[in-house]
Amino acid sequence: MRKNAYNFSKTICFILIAAVYIFLGEICCAAQSILSTELIDNAKKYDGQVVDFEGEVIGDVMSRGGHVWLNLNDGRNVVSVWAEGETARDIQFAGSYKRRGDWLLVRGIFHRACEEHGGDLDIHAQTVSVHEHGKSIPEIPDPVKQRTGIMSALILFVVWGLSRLVDKKRKHR
Amino acid sequence: MLIKPTVGDIKNIGFYLGKIIVGLGFIMFLPMLFAVMVQEWNPAFDFLIGGSVTLLIGFFLTKLCETTRDLNWMQGMVMVSLAWLAAMFFGAIPLYLSGHWNSFLDASFESMSGFATTGLTLVQDLDHLSYTHNLWRHLIMFVGGQGIVIVALSFFVKGLAGAFKMYVGEARDERILPNVIHTSRFIWMVSIVYLVLGTLALGIVGISSGMDPFRAFFHGACVFMAAFDTGGFTPQTQNILYYHSLSFEIITIIIMILGSLNFKLHYYIWMGKRREIFRNIETRTLFFTILATLFITLIGLNQLHTYPQTMVLFRKGFYQLISGHTGTGFQTIYANQFVDEWPHLALVGIISAMALGGAVCSTTGAIKMLRIGIIFQALKQDLKIIMLPERSVVMQKFHHIKDVFLEDKQVRSALLITLSYLILYCAGSVMGMLYGYPFLESLFESTSAAANVGLSCGITNTAMPNVLKVTYIIEMWAGRLEFMSVFTLIGFLFAALRGK
Repeated sequence: MRKNAYNFSKTICFILIAAVYIFLGEICCAAQSILSTELIDNAKKYDGQVVDFEGEVIGDVMSRGGHVWLNLNDGRNVVSVWAEGETARDIQFAGSYKRRGDWLLVRGIFHRACEEHGGDLDIHAQTVSVHEHGKSIPEIPDPVKQRTGIMSALILFVVWGLSRLVDKKRKHR
Repeated sequence: MLIKPTVGDIKNIGFYLGKIIVGLGFIMFLPMLFAVMVQEWNPAFDFLIGGSVTLLIGFFLTKLCETTRDLNWMQGMVMVSLAWLAAMFFGAIPLYLSGHWNSFLDASFESMSGFATTGLTLVQDLDHLSYTHNLWRHLIMFVGGQGIVIVALSFFVKGLAGAFKMYVGEARDERILPNVIHTSRFIWMVSIVYLVLGTLALGIVGISSGMDPFRAFFHGACVFMAAFDTGGFTPQTQNILYYHSLSFEIITIIIMILGSLNFKLHYYIWMGKRREIFRNIETRTLFFTILATLFITLIGLNQLHTYPQTMVLFRKGFYQLISGHTGTGFQTIYANQFVDEWPHLALVGIISAMALGGAVCSTTGAIKMLRIGIIFQALKQDLKIIMLPERSVVMQKFHHIKDVFLEDKQVRSALLITLSYLILYCAGSVMGMLYGYPFLESLFESTSAAANVGLSCGITNTAMPNVLKVTYIIEMWAGRLEFMSVFTLIGFLFAALRGK
């Protein structure tokens, strides 16, 4: 009886450990997005496969009919994503000088030379989710730049003014 | 016997160099005004610093070397080659201050690449670069494409007899109008009219492609400047691939071809003499070399079935080829795809196209169509001499604006410049191979730099050795000026050291 109970608890433990292992594994796999450089350098290998890719939306969210073009920068390079038009509604910021774009997670089919889009390298998104919304980046004035700029402009005006004065005197003589 | 340059020589060079630097300083205030308009304050100060320092140094130089003497040939040539180095240095100041370039050398590389209308880039995180700095990157292409000296001749020089020497020193040996200053102003007028039309066309396509109006027209203006001046910079990392638009590609192809035509031909088209397009040796040669190199490229791409459909293969192959042949450097593929996916034969087609270039007195670099045409005519003449009876007199004629009889001095000059370019392409590739890059990739990147193209197969990046960066800077500089003024500068420095 005791032996049976021991075996039962051992089995439960094993199932629990296995379940936790599989669950963690799923999480890890989901978080393991492929890098843009890996995709571009090994485009033939990944051609036609489902890939997970993540990156910051940069530039413009370009609507084309019922779809949008998203250009995602993962910090190494930029890969274009062709997604459903509804995706654009969730995107608040596209990265630029004064904006950090939304960070998106994309799962989709990778194309080395997409037949639908003139041979462009792209991902046709199946799912797109916003991992983190971007924000406006207020420009912090650089006091050193300001001082140097104003000083150099002042020196320029003084030198130019003095030289005009000398030229006038020379002409007068 | 080598004659040591006199103080008078140095003063003359310094005075006109100072004038060019002052001109460049004034141009830097344009992006500053733009920065104020779009409320980018730190970039505004970058240009205030850059502009003030440039004006101060230019001003000091003109005062220090003040003279009323005109330039002679040697002084004009030396001045022009120094002016381009000065432009690289001063143009790099606001770029470096932005923090998007890892070192001043990288910023200088970008600046020379811009002025020489090459398009190779070392910028970091381009997608977050300010509008102002992006405008500057493209504006220097517009200025460099017409010619830094042309700017000075158009706006800052009045009735200078030595103007022609500076004009020639900048690799423009054809006068469109009898007066070289009027010629410079005509070049600017053509460029500005096309700028307005091109920006409108690209802006409208941008809006219809889903961009917001301000960004669409900003991108339109930048891409126009890079396309017409056969430069190759774009405001985004992905280059032309960013837009995913066939219309955008077609318009840029038209602009690139317009940029690769002789300004003299533009003048004739503007005057309604459109037949000149079909008769001119340059346009005919351009047509045949495009066909030949396109054939090689497409055969190569077809060999490995790089693209799944014929139309896709043609679209990718044709765009990269026109971009290379006109010396622009726009790409609709990633740099690494050239090496990873394109077969060697296709790369040879692109390298050949890059090495040939566009028309003389245009904004392109490389050997150029007139020289290729002349060499071909000389070959034809020699064949006729061999095949016809010994007593027959063979005169070879070609049409370039007017009918011209082929002379030995034209052939000699064409062959000398062609040889110089070939040596430069090879020297750069040897340098690349010394650093461990494979032959074809080294040749590709070196040809791209020396021919002022800007297509890259991935060698050009911030991690490449500094010596290679300097090598490419020299190639871009010498290639843009077509050697003579660079050779004169070397001779001048040698005479200063060893002359009596």
